[in-house]
Amino acid sequence: MARYIAISVVRGLLTLLAVSVLVFFLARLTGDPLDVLAPVDISREDEEALRAKWGLDKSLPAQYFAFLGNAVQGEFGPSFKYPTETAGSVILDRLPNSIKLGLVSTILTLVIGVPLGILSAVKRGSLLDRVAKGFALFGQSVPEFWLAIVLIWFVAVRWNVVPTSGITGWKSYVLPSIVISIFGIAALLRLFRSAMLETMGTEYVKLARLKGVAEQKVIWKHALKPASIAPLTFFGGIVVRMLTGATVVEIVFSWPGAGLLAYEAANARDFSVVQALALFTAAAIVIMNLAIDITYAYIDPRVRLGQKAVA
Amino acid sequence: MSLRNPPRPAGDFSGTDETQLDEFGSPRRRNPLRWGRRSSRPPWLSIFIVLFVLILPALLADLITVHDPLRGVLGDRLAPPMWMDGGTSTYPLGTDKQGRDILTRLIYGARISLTVSSLTIIIGAVIGSSLGLLAGYFGGWIDRFVSWLIDTFLSLPHVLLALVIVAAIGPSFVTIVAIIAVTIWASFARQVRGETLSVRETEYVARARVAGAQPWRILLRHVLPNVANTLIVLATLQVGVVILEESSLSFIGAGIPRPNPSWGVMVADGRDQILTAWWVSFFPGLAILLVVLSLNLMGDWLRDFLDPKMRQRR
Repeated sequence: MARYIAISVVRGLLTLLAVSVLVFFLARLTGDPLDVLAPVDISREDEEALRAKWGLDKSLPAQYFAFLGNAVQGEFGPSFKYPTETAGSVILDRLPNSIKLGLVSTILTLVIGVPLGILSAVKRGSLLDRVAKGFALFGQSVPEFWLAIVLIWFVAVRWNVVPTSGITGWKSYVLPSIVISIFGIAALLRLFRSAMLETMGTEYVKLARLKGVAEQKVIWKHALKPASIAPLTFFGGIVVRMLTGATVVEIVFSWPGAGLLAYEAANARDFSVVQALALFTAAAIVIMNLAIDITYAYIDPRVRLGQKAVA
Repeated sequence: MSLRNPPRPAGDFSGTDETQLDEFGSPRRRNPLRWGRRSSRPPWLSIFIVLFVLILPALLADLITVHDPLRGVLGDRLAPPMWMDGGTSTYPLGTDKQGRDILTRLIYGARISLTVSSLTIIIGAVIGSSLGLLAGYFGGWIDRFVSWLIDTFLSLPHVLLALVIVAAIGPSFVTIVAIIAVTIWASFARQVRGETLSVRETEYVARARVAGAQPWRILLRHVLPNVANTLIVLATLQVGVVILEESSLSFIGAGIPRPNPSWGVMVADGRDQILTAWWVSFFPGLAILLVVLSLNLMGDWLRDFLDPKMRQRR
């Protein structure tokens, strides 16, 4: 088990290293930040001073290692746009808002997606099942940014039930969290439905029924427990997709979180902030994958004993 | 359902190493989208929508439009669709705030969607299936390295990467194609690697090897044809994924630059006037929804259709 976790951690660190190289060189090789940041009529001396201040006068590899060294310490250099603050502190200001919205959306996804998937498997072919099918299709095909605008148009403006943008209380969470979770709900619904159908056809569920176990207990205990494992493998993918959705949703709802910050920083060409955000998100994804890997090893002995997981 | 699926990296919705599992981890014979009675009837409505909203407009844009997609008539700003008060048949779906015809821009937008998705899928499929074939067939360190690459690329926060590039050089057609190709090759690689793993163990590959066939010959003549069906299904489903991704990136200004009529850009253009001129944002979003939904249905149908086991049952 320890060996398995160690390998997963090393793989995760290598992934982060690769992302850092990609993020750094993508930004630096494609243009000189000073072209955009410095005033057009800047004097030579001032330009050199700016270059030195931001470390842009050193060679590219030297800049990369400086960037990496700072990043490891959680320091991402001065924000180009807000010179008095560091990129790290700018991000930390905004992060709590994103985390709160993310938590609400995750809860919404689990609370709606999982029971709906189970129910539509249990009541296969019913009206509920058909409605759920339609919803799953819709949720996986609708562009979040458009859904957000349409919801603002109807719910926030026409019916005037919730605010259109920003954070002004719990009502502000309603629309953004619905839009963010719609993909996750659709995906979990499909996953749980097919996993439940699979386990409900197995011998041990039949045996439980033959023994006279109450139908409720058969569904919620005998069938659901093993059925919950398969969707776990997809959880990482769903979260990444929801992160993408969340970035767009924050922009549409002017939600003062990390996604909106990334957008503002990119438009202001504030490199250090965008880079830090990209690395930060990649780190979050790597940690989440690690957690999924470990959970999996915990559940499945074949994985943790280093055997091929798939026979 | 037992503990058969290995842990999977983020961002991956393609099949697992087991070929009989579909993109959501359920066995193929129980396709979760075909929820009611299974029928082998092609999804005609979906095919019709993809043909008439995406493919034909993209190909015939210059022939079937009369307005300029980029330059509008300022006097005809924000004209409503023809069935509303004040609408005219000159602008069937109305105009935007620069007086450009929405329908014309939608038609040219289809061209952008189709170009971006074809290019990225060709690039992604070629790179992805080559690496997947190599990794699955040769195993060893090649497989470990390619698998690590796949995991890495599937956990990239690609919206943020796109924003990094935009912060550096601004949005352009080339960067969006590169960003999306970089994010989708891994899905192809994962799928092809998994299929190759199982095809490698078959009798006919073993016999070809005994007969002295070179590895590249086995890969091209014996393995590739057997993963072709999977590739077709995956490519179909990926068109929808790419269209969604391109329009999202374009919407936040990290994709197709203005004034080009990408559907995502069009939704963004109308965002501020959603109350007074809803048609500017509404129609392009509806086009995305319809096309992606239809592509998903088509992909699911194709998967059943191309599955030999399903065909025998028909």
